[in-house]
Amino acid sequence: MLEIKNLQASVEDKMILNGLNLTINPGEVHAIMGPNGAGKSTLANVLAGQDAYQVKGGQISFHSEDLLELSIEERAAKGMFLSFQYPIEIPGVATMTFLKESMNAQRKIRGEDELSTPNFMKLVKEKAQFLNITPEMLRRPLNVGFSGGEKKRNEILQMLLLEPSLCVLDETDSGLDIDALRVVADGVNSLRSPKRSMLIITHYQRLLDYIEPDFVHILVDGKIIKSGDKTLALELERDGYKNIIAAA
Amino acid sequence: MAAVKETVSQVAEIDVDNYKYGFTTDIEMDKAPKGLTEDIVRFISAKKKEPEWMLEWRLSAYRKWKKMEEPTWAMVQYPKIDFEDLYYYAAPKKKVELDSLDDLDPDILETYKKLGIPLKEQEILAGVKGASNIAVDAIFDSVSVVTTFKEKLAEAGVIFCPISEAIQEHPELVKKYLASVVPVGDNFYSALNSAVFTDGSFVYIPKGVKCPMELSTYFRINEPNTGQFERTLIIAEEGAHVSYLEGCTAPMRDENQLHAAVVEIIILDDAEVKYSTVQNWYPGNSEGIGGVYNFVTKRADCRGKNAKVSWTQVETGSAITWKYPSCILRGDGSQGEFYSIAISNGYQQIDSGTKMIHLGKNTKSRIISKGISAGKSSNTYRGIVSTQRSATNVRNFTQCDSLLIGDKCSAHTIPYMEARNSSSVFEHEATTSKINDDVMFYCQQRGLDEEQAVALIVNGFCKEVLQNLPMEFAVEAQKLVAISLEGSVG
Ligand SMILES: Nc1ncnc2c1ncn2[C@@H]1O[C@H](COP(=O)(O)OP(=O)(O)O)[C@@H](O)[C@H]1O
Ligand SMILES: [Mg+2]
Repeated sequence: MLEIKNLQASVEDKMILNGLNLTINPGEVHAIMGPNGAGKSTLANVLAGQDAYQVKGGQISFHSEDLLELSIEERAAKGMFLSFQYPIEIPGVATMTFLKESMNAQRKIRGEDELSTPNFMKLVKEKAQFLNITPEMLRRPLNVGFSGGEKKRNEILQMLLLEPSLCVLDETDSGLDIDALRVVADGVNSLRSPKRSMLIITHYQRLLDYIEPDFVHILVDGKIIKSGDKTLALELERDGYKNIIAAA
Repeated sequence: MAAVKETVSQVAEIDVDNYKYGFTTDIEMDKAPKGLTEDIVRFISAKKKEPEWMLEWRLSAYRKWKKMEEPTWAMVQYPKIDFEDLYYYAAPKKKVELDSLDDLDPDILETYKKLGIPLKEQEILAGVKGASNIAVDAIFDSVSVVTTFKEKLAEAGVIFCPISEAIQEHPELVKKYLASVVPVGDNFYSALNSAVFTDGSFVYIPKGVKCPMELSTYFRINEPNTGQFERTLIIAEEGAHVSYLEGCTAPMRDENQLHAAVVEIIILDDAEVKYSTVQNWYPGNSEGIGGVYNFVTKRADCRGKNAKVSWTQVETGSAITWKYPSCILRGDGSQGEFYSIAISNGYQQIDSGTKMIHLGKNTKSRIISKGISAGKSSNTYRGIVSTQRSATNVRNFTQCDSLLIGDKCSAHTIPYMEARNSSSVFEHEATTSKINDDVMFYCQQRGLDEEQAVALIVNGFCKEVLQNLPMEFAVEAQKLVAISLEGSVG
């Protein structure tokens, strides 16, 4: 599904990723952990195509295509989804409208018909309920005045609706209380399937109690220095980054 | 290239290709010589076969104007206009007075067709345009070429005709109301307009009548070096209701064209007037060459109790816009509203806003202004809300929002509030936001392309105003908003 080879990327002429390799097969859940500034968000942004980040070397293939050749919206339509660390507010645009526009935009790129309004409404209602998102919240402008938890739940709602094949979650757990964390994790888990893969970026082991990863990678200075199974996260929690880095 | 950087470079290209109304019409014109003298004023008056009183009125306006100075307080910059280098009268030669639409110069008919304005009533009735019930007054340079649905309106007692015709046919109404809201000497351009106005629309809605259809006027400046000075007068008697829309376009020309209009609205007890503008004059090219100077005085006088006026404007065109549709809230309980979308792109300059003058008790006003700046443009909101001492329980709500696209444009908000009365309640809200790379990236990550993203954000930004347009035009206006920002995205 996703194959990253020797990825080097910079932002504002500063090298952030220095030869990163990662392969994600269909159905796998990978977690990436690492200290602040390690380049975790940079990786997520490069995958999604944010053009402030320059790819200086390496290859990325996504569904056997050259990902770097695709525009941001083409990547999205092909199943790349990024749950933002800091979701954006758009005044005046109802959340519901935004959801519908993005869904139909993706369908259009894929050459599919637009979803009819009643079908769309039914779908949203069902998914929103699952995430404890009220109809009132859907009428409010996108993320405007939303609490941190509401913003993150709104990201997951979009993920449930768009049904991407690769879900990249950038610190979705930060700023969530334990109840919200559970709701978000349930949402994410409901999407787990043999065809869908996930890349979960997190600081803490906490989220991984709820979303169990198949693989855990530790990212330091723009490189994966250690990979393992879910026990690596526990090890990290116990020993801290310093010891892991020293041992690596 | 980052989205916004790309935006900025592409904004530079907004010109010729994006202005869809820039064609010219080749027809024979009857013109007065260039320049402005008493003789030109006499010439215009004679061409219009005006009565003596009208000529005298114009001449006195001309003499006032001669003594006045061009205003310079607005936040706009342009080379000094040479008023001696303009034509003040230009009319299509063929058949000025029409017996029927079939006599209309086919070139003019074609022009309006290209603009998407249906003049043939049959076509409108056949639903060609989808907008079923709209009477149109079409003004081509200095004269009204045709007014549709006149008879049907007359049955309801509504008068809708060119103002030149009203001067002939309804002199008592014209004498009573002309310049009663905007005095001749109100400002430099109102004086100039009074001296040389050539046409415009006249609307009279008698007592208790709800106008059976939307009224609209389409202005078109075609001739080069020609000023368009239109004069519109709308009178709503007690309990009358009317909704009026004006649309404006001009061909692309390298020289600047001057448009200096005066619109006066008189609203009596319990009457209601809704005035909507979709202004899309040629904005000039990517270097800021050419474009219309739009210097306009618009004012409504709520003379009666519980009178109501609502201005809605979508300003996307013109090189320079200088325009402050205002409400004099004289009658107790009267209400004024101003809803505005002002979009500036390329080198456009806008200085626009409103005045709400509360003279009556329990009067209310509401201002919703949405300024969108892109390219290297400058966009200023300038407004005044004032209350007289005797006007108790006045309410005003003002909201001024600015949206910036790119970082070479500017937005300014200059609200004045003058409350001479402690019972006044003024509320003011203002926001400035920016379409930056982060917002674009977020939208694109969800599947929208740049153009869809900007359209979504901008339409969300000005939704409250778009909702106020008559339904038939709301969709058009929404498209226009997108078109005028087309150059600002990839
Ligand atoms: N837009 C940007 N401009 C400048 N520096 C940036 C930008 N984004 C990230 N960086 C820098 O790149 C490094 C990696 O950042 P990031 O990928 O956000 O780390 P993480 O998500 O692992 O905390 C940091 O040093 C950060 O300051
Ligand atoms: Mg981060």
